[in-house]
Amino acid sequence: MNLNSENSRLYIVRCGEVALKGMNKPYFERVLLERVRNAIACWDNDSHWNGGLMLVRISGDVPVDDAVRKLSKVFGVATVSPAISVEKDMDAIGEAAAAFVRDLRREDDIRTFKVKAKRADKSFPVQSPEIGAMVGGSILSGVPDIRVDVHEPDLKLFVDVRREAAYIYRDKIKGFGGLPLGTNGKGLILMSGGIDSPVAAFMMAKRGMRIEAIHFHSYPYTSKRAQRKVEDLCRVLAGYMGTITMHVINLLPIQEEIVKNCPEDETTILVRRFMMRIAEEVAKKTKNMMLITGEDLGQVASQTAEALVVTDSVVDMPVMRPLIAMDKVDIMDKAKEIGTYDLSIQPYEDCCTVFLPKHPVTKPKLDRIQKSESALDVEGLVKAAVDSDEIVEIKPGEIV
Amino acid sequence: MIYLDNSSTTRQYDQVTDLMADIARNHFGNPSSLHELGFDGSEILRKAASQLGSCFPTGGKVVITSCGTESDNMALMSGTRKLRRRGNKIIITAVEHPAVIQTAMRLREDGWDVAEIGVDKNGVADIDQLRDELDESTVLVSMMTVNNETGAIQPVKDACAMTRAFAEKHGQKILFHTDAVQAFGKIDLRREDFDLISISGHKFHGPKGIGALYIKKGIDIPPFITGGGQERGLRSGTENVPGIAGMGLAAEMSCGELEENNKKLSELNEYLYNGLSTEIKDIRLNGPSVTGTTLDEPGRRCPSVLNISFEGVRGEVILHTLEQDQIFVSTGSACHSNNAGDSHVLTAMGRSHKEIEGAVRFSFSHFNTIQEMDVVIRKTAEAVERFRRLGSFR
Repeated sequence: MNLNSENSRLYIVRCGEVALKGMNKPYFERVLLERVRNAIACWDNDSHWNGGLMLVRISGDVPVDDAVRKLSKVFGVATVSPAISVEKDMDAIGEAAAAFVRDLRREDDIRTFKVKAKRADKSFPVQSPEIGAMVGGSILSGVPDIRVDVHEPDLKLFVDVRREAAYIYRDKIKGFGGLPLGTNGKGLILMSGGIDSPVAAFMMAKRGMRIEAIHFHSYPYTSKRAQRKVEDLCRVLAGYMGTITMHVINLLPIQEEIVKNCPEDETTILVRRFMMRIAEEVAKKTKNMMLITGEDLGQVASQTAEALVVTDSVVDMPVMRPLIAMDKVDIMDKAKEIGTYDLSIQPYEDCCTVFLPKHPVTKPKLDRIQKSESALDVEGLVKAAVDSDEIVEIKPGEIV
Repeated sequence: MIYLDNSSTTRQYDQVTDLMADIARNHFGNPSSLHELGFDGSEILRKAASQLGSCFPTGGKVVITSCGTESDNMALMSGTRKLRRRGNKIIITAVEHPAVIQTAMRLREDGWDVAEIGVDKNGVADIDQLRDELDESTVLVSMMTVNNETGAIQPVKDACAMTRAFAEKHGQKILFHTDAVQAFGKIDLRREDFDLISISGHKFHGPKGIGALYIKKGIDIPPFITGGGQERGLRSGTENVPGIAGMGLAAEMSCGELEENNKKLSELNEYLYNGLSTEIKDIRLNGPSVTGTTLDEPGRRCPSVLNISFEGVRGEVILHTLEQDQIFVSTGSACHSNNAGDSHVLTAMGRSHKEIEGAVRFSFSHFNTIQEMDVVIRKTAEAVERFRRLGSFR
């Protein structure tokens, strides 16, 4: 059986925590395989589990970088290695390894190497150290001007002898890790258009949670371009987690009531409470189990410990705040890594900055806030907002 | 739809659209090709050249460009290129379009001395400052004909004459450029003495992506874009035949109807201003109060523009409210939480941030009607009232 047909390439995909999941392991593996197949559905591929490794063979002239990028983006994937497979024969392995190194040298300056061999198939007659030594010998004789350096080699070559074949590879390209999408319920993210909320959505999705989004705007105080920006952010996120359903709600009627009837310095916290209430109602209707926000302790007035207590008290649903203890710079780095940062910093007004009080309360007291709210028809306003929900489906795609 | 953003762009004449479609379908030859279809194309260009030429002083050249911005770039970059040995200073005004200001800044990076003359509270350039700035190192003066945000007619005629007199007295060569992108089709330029005039097709009911630079007879500037030698070597690149033909026809039509169109614009402008000032308290006109339609009336306002600040309301909120009724206008500042988006024109006129934030620009074309103005007055008054009431709680 020739596993290295001219027009296909092999990738070894390893999962991280999926392997640790005990009785649920088959379930996680099945879901991860499905996610991987989905991610590369645009290419002709044969993907399956083989022991603890996922073997992905992609046919056609697909650039290695593109394939690795897609595979490493799948949540649950710990590492990806472009590899070759060889018949389980020491001569064949040695020859293939030498050819593999010659191939790598066309791109990289490799002068020293080291072989790290592993024998998962204990029935294979040669033991790991000997495999290493023999393959090393083949490379030394088959590749000009190269020597062994076991301490700091330019190239660390892995040889993995398994039941059905032997695999040779160099890199272990890191994926995002985490758990396969859809293995951990569904949550509703409050998406503003800033830097934080897309990162929060990403982090929860990485732990296997399916994500829906809710976006509040204050049209005509905010513009349609601002909403387009939020859609673009979701489009980037959809690249990791598939089509995202976004609920769009105009908050202006509520803001108007608050501005007319409540103390100025409480505007922001009151608005936040309405957002949470509306989000919870929408979440219940759409079978989301929890709310997610991009809040970060102490970042702004509405995100102080006191303010969080006051906002949380209006909902029963758990509120996930994956960024709560992160520093802003780290959130920004993460946003850059996942590709949402440049979109987030486009300067459009969002609903949070409309009617921004000059001196917002930073230590709101629950009883005082409740008293201010008593001037409003809270239930009626929330219902009207939920009823006005507009739903947008956002598919992954390039941002133009 | 009530379209009142004609200073941004205009609706194409239907005749222009039909002509362009016909050319794209049936006369698509490259004018440089030797065969008949190519000849066909070059005949279309000849006709457009004559239509455009008749809107400018006789004897000059009209070089086709891709837009008003390219025309301005060419005027400044190519205009200064050969004169470097004679001097290193250019003079512009504080209220020029970014196409002029940014190009001037680029020249400054290259070592040119760029002087900027200020404007009065109505946005009209101060001619005395020009007198002070003109010196023996000056090689180019650029002053727009009509300002795009306020409609203020600039003292280009006097500025040009002053520049000429200074140059003559000192035996010097100074080019006078005017960005007439907003003025063309509204103000007659046929008897003016300017060396260089920029125009843009889509501002007078022609197509987008096409513009021109008029170069006065006897003025010789090098090309800005080089290549295959089209446009007599002054602007290379295969000609945008449908665009050029469309611009030619639009120029002929709008310059041909100039007087009656202006009459209509003045009526619309005054009607809207009177209506708004009757219905809404605390508004401020940005720009000269009296309208005018010739260059002999500097300091007046071209009737195509009406720029008003509504105290206590953000212009962008009015814009987004009006758009819900399919009424399209423009603002004096971008709605950012920071102050960076303020209009440089209104800032130069000494308007406060609050006033700039509340500025809305209504700009007209002869396609508008008085009935439309009634709707706009009513809807604007409603919006201002609603948001002022909300703002009063703050």
